[in-house]
Amino acid sequence: MSLFSDPRWGEALSHLPDYLSNHVRVSLAALALGLIISLPLAILTRNRPAPRSVLLALASIVQTVPGLALLALFYPLLLAAASVTLKWFGVSFSAFGFLPAMLALALYSMLPVLRNGITGLNGVDPALIEAAEGVGMTPRQSLVMVELPLALPVMMAGIRTAAVWVIGTATLSTPIGQTSLGNYIFAGLQTQNWVFVLFGCFASALLALAVDQLLGLIESGLRHRSRLRAGFGVVGIAALVAATLVPTMGRSSSGYVVGAKTFAEQYVLSALLRDRLQSAGLSASARSGLGSSVIFEALKAGDIDLYVDYSGTLWANQLHRTDIKPRAELLTGLKTALAKDNITLLGELGFENAYALVMPKQRAEALGIRTIADLAAHAPALSIAGDYEFFSRPEWATLQKAYGLQFRAQRQMQPDFMYAAVASGEVDVIAGYTSDGLIAKYDLVVLDDPRHAIPPYDAILLLAPKRAGDERLQVALKPLLGKIDIATMREANLRAAGNDANSSPDLVAKWLWEKVQQ
Amino acid sequence: MPSRPMIGYAHVTKSFGLLKAVDDVSLDIAEGEFLAIVGGSGSGKTTLLRLANRLIEADGGTITVEGEDVQKIDPVALRRRIGYVFQSGGLFPHLSVADNIGITPKLLGQPAADIAIRVDELLDLVQLDRASHRDRLPEALSGGQRQRVGVARALAAKPRIVLMDEPFGALDPLTRDALGDDFRELHRKLGLTTVMITHDMTEAILLADRIAVMRSGKLLAQGTPAELSKSSDAYVLELLRTPRRQVERLNALLPQSGAA
Repeated sequence: MSLFSDPRWGEALSHLPDYLSNHVRVSLAALALGLIISLPLAILTRNRPAPRSVLLALASIVQTVPGLALLALFYPLLLAAASVTLKWFGVSFSAFGFLPAMLALALYSMLPVLRNGITGLNGVDPALIEAAEGVGMTPRQSLVMVELPLALPVMMAGIRTAAVWVIGTATLSTPIGQTSLGNYIFAGLQTQNWVFVLFGCFASALLALAVDQLLGLIESGLRHRSRLRAGFGVVGIAALVAATLVPTMGRSSSGYVVGAKTFAEQYVLSALLRDRLQSAGLSASARSGLGSSVIFEALKAGDIDLYVDYSGTLWANQLHRTDIKPRAELLTGLKTALAKDNITLLGELGFENAYALVMPKQRAEALGIRTIADLAAHAPALSIAGDYEFFSRPEWATLQKAYGLQFRAQRQMQPDFMYAAVASGEVDVIAGYTSDGLIAKYDLVVLDDPRHAIPPYDAILLLAPKRAGDERLQVALKPLLGKIDIATMREANLRAAGNDANSSPDLVAKWLWEKVQQ
Repeated sequence: MPSRPMIGYAHVTKSFGLLKAVDDVSLDIAEGEFLAIVGGSGSGKTTLLRLANRLIEADGGTITVEGEDVQKIDPVALRRRIGYVFQSGGLFPHLSVADNIGITPKLLGQPAADIAIRVDELLDLVQLDRASHRDRLPEALSGGQRQRVGVARALAAKPRIVLMDEPFGALDPLTRDALGDDFRELHRKLGLTTVMITHDMTEAILLADRIAVMRSGKLLAQGTPAELSKSSDAYVLELLRTPRRQVERLNALLPQSGAA
């Protein structure tokens, strides 16, 4: 099958109106907000060196914060702000999706606009500013009639840079709940769907180029005093905005929203949940690629209606517990604690996706390692890799303490690449996930944890407070509870990790449903 | 008491930090007069000129324009009623010749149609072809043409006073000569009061009715060329020596010129 006849292109294309329109909306709103703030600041500080350098320094600092982190930071910030406004004014707003993404991106757009704005205005020949004064212009007239037009090319260059940055960085707003072209990229990376990754990259690059060219057209129109050219540019931007608003206006925003974190299993499960709701006659859609810290808050705030989380994760991250309880006890404790927030723990799906220390089967046998206790003796000569959060999680500390683990080196890796890395001997041990299909694929072995240092991680179905008494929803989901065992989930995950047309989360979810019914 | 001066400086001072740019200068410019202010760089001549339309504010003393204390006039309104010709033009590079010339009438809120007529009159006045210059950008003009546009712009709002800051300094000698003569003619025809800054005594003698000599912020002497030549001030005499020498050398080199 050639690259271009791959049916995943068609699937990618079917998401385009939704992803693109959301992407354009958040980028242009952010850019507009950035301009509304930055341009007046550039004008006000052009002749004031002290505030000017403070401003530029602040904007530069913002720029050094990685885009992903900046976006992620805005979510808790707005959550706090929302709870404050609720307490003081009785109004709350959604800290999820559009608002944090737009604010973070607007902040991100400020540096090039400020810097070029100030450089452009300061670059105007002082003799001309004097001439403007001499012919009888007020300071405002001098600014509008002389300084701004002369600074325009440099200022526009800054605005165009900002536009390209914002459109590119907007792909990172997916984890905080803003649908964007990044949905292709996050989903594609997690499910090894390179068609999606490429599609997302090309689409955002094309969008950035198009907006850049339209802004260029406006600039050259203004510079050459050609109404026609500037008009074309403005019409182009307006058309882009209009075109992206149309498809979503017809769509109802009501219905159930199923959340999914940023890894393949979650994509498959959210597709499965969505399908179940739809076949029960409920309108439902999936909101995928949400950050692990964002998704729980989003459920609590009602921005999503349901999702699958893991007991141990909530135990540590939401309840901030460092002790480790037996499985049943932990679930009961969790259920009670969640009920205080009106969150319903509907039940377990039947499998566990726990952290586990994993190594190649042959290597383990050769070294005589079956359990983590066996591993501890060899650890000082071995290296370990984990995902981005593992080494800062409490269970790692507990694990180290329980077994006296001390490795030669530890590395952080993209989860998808860990298994290949350990299979090829790049690292000796990985902190993998028990439900991962790649464990079987690469012939790896999960080391036993005789001292129960790793907490249980049962997959559990959570419902938002507003869905607490929703009978239809619960009836539709009940058939899934306890029906997905670890072997089934591993196989589903392995299918989802495949790089072919059958590996889309939707198709794997259908396969999984068939298995559940058997 | 003689008729009131068009521009009057009385004990005017202006310092920039420790530097006294204008130091107790008193000077009257009569209606219809063409005064040249001559001095080296840093003599304070540009500062003195700019004090008249409040591009620079005086520290002390009184400046009057048409009898009114400039401190009592809104500076923007003051500048709109005084023409100002900048060194090397000061034309706005993003505006056409017509828009440059019509800028002050536009600021005064005159109708576009009136401004267009006025621009054409002014192009005729400074001897530029209407059709071929009106829509050009300043970058497409020669130095002399730019300065003609600069003069037209200064005259656009029909001022009675024109201030000129070394208007012909950057031009080649032939253009400079022609432009100087043409302006002198405009000055006479329009009944202007003109104050021109120059560092070139020859130009001052050839164009102006009266010359004021500045040095280190002080007004050393003022008067007609003939009066200045009787001055006892060494610097003034030194300034006058250059044109004299030029005349002698020219006469020696061009003996037939007397017959022309």
